[in-house]
Amino acid sequence: MNVVIMGCGRVGAQLAALLDEDGHKVAILDTDTYSFRRLPAAFKGTPLVGDGTDGDYLKKAGIEEADAFVAVTQGDNRNVMAAQVAKHVFNVPKVVCRIYDPLREELYKTLGLETISPTKVGAQLLRDKLVG
Amino acid sequence: MYIIVVGGGKVGYYLSQALLSEGHEVLILEKDAARCGAICEQLGSVVVRGDGCEARTLAEVGTERADMFIAVTDEDEDNLVACQVAKHKFKVQRTIARINNPKNEALFKKLGIDVTVSSTNLILEHIQEEVPTHPLVHLLTLKGGDLEIVEVKIPPDSSVVGKRMRQIVFPPDSVICLMIGKWGPKVPTGDTILEADAQVVAVTRPEAEGALRAALTE
Repeated sequence: MNVVIMGCGRVGAQLAALLDEDGHKVAILDTDTYSFRRLPAAFKGTPLVGDGTDGDYLKKAGIEEADAFVAVTQGDNRNVMAAQVAKHVFNVPKVVCRIYDPLREELYKTLGLETISPTKVGAQLLRDKLVG
Repeated sequence: MYIIVVGGGKVGYYLSQALLSEGHEVLILEKDAARCGAICEQLGSVVVRGDGCEARTLAEVGTERADMFIAVTDEDEDNLVACQVAKHKFKVQRTIARINNPKNEALFKKLGIDVTVSSTNLILEHIQEEVPTHPLVHLLTLKGGDLEIVEVKIPPDSSVVGKRMRQIVFPPDSVICLMIGKWGPKVPTGDTILEADAQVVAVTRPEAEGALRAALTE
C-alpha cells in the first residue's frame, strides 16, 4: 500500500516505522527537517520537507498514487484541512485524521471524515485503568 | 445584523469598526488576552476571548443566531475550520473566509465556504495596476460567474495598431466593452480602429486572459 503521512511527531514517526516494517511504501511530510530524527535508521520510506495542507507538496509526496493518507500534526485545523484536500481534491480512498478537540472531531465525522480523537480515546482508556 | 468576526488582528479590528459604525451587532473572537484588552478599550465590549474554531465557544456567543460569520485570522486552516463549524454545526447562512495563500481559493469554495477573500491576490492586483508596463490589469471579478473585467493597454509595437476591431480574433467569451484613447472613452464597434496606447476594457474568463492579452499586444 502507498501511504502518505503528514506530521513526523512521535505518532507520525512511529506509524511510519510500523508501516515501513510491514512492507508498505511510506512518504512522510513535515515542515521541519529536525522532526525526521524520530524515524528509525532502517526506515526505507521517503521523508519530505513541506506543508501537507499545500497540494503541491502532497503531489511531491505521491498523493496521486496514494492508497491512504494520515494527518497527525499538532494542529487540529491543519489536519482537518489536509485531510479534506486528500479526500476531496485527490480522491485518496482512505483518509484518517487526528483531531484532539472531541467536539470538532464529532463534527468532521458527521461530515464524512474518518477521525480519531486521542483526547476522547485517551480519557476512556485512563478511566478503564482506574475504575475498570 | 448579528455578525461574528473571528480574529482580532488588523483586518478583524478595522472590519469590526466599520460594521459597528453601520449599526450592526458585532462580536469579535480573539485568542490573545492582550489583543482582547486593546480591542475592548477601542471598540467597547464587543470582544470575547476564545477560539473561534471551538464549538463550545461558538455556542456561548450565540452563533446559531448569527446572520454572518467572517473568519479573518492569518492562518488559512483556522479560517476554514471556523467557517465550517459555523456553517455545519450552527447553520450560519453566510460564511466568509480570508485566504492568505491564493492556492486555497478553489479548495475553500469546494468545501462550501460561501465567500473567500484572498488578501494576497488583492494586494498583488493593486500593485500590478501601479506598474505601468504591466500589459493586463484586473479591474473587477464579477460576482457569481467566473468572469472578470480587465484592462489591456495596446503597446505601440502591437500588430493590431491601425486595424479595425472586426479584423481581430478575440478568444471566446471575451467582449470588448470600452476603448479609451486620445479622444476619450468610447464603446467600440467593428469599424473602430485600434490605436497605439489606447486602453481596452474587456470582460473575459480567467482562462482566456492570456489569449486576450496576446490578441491585443502581440
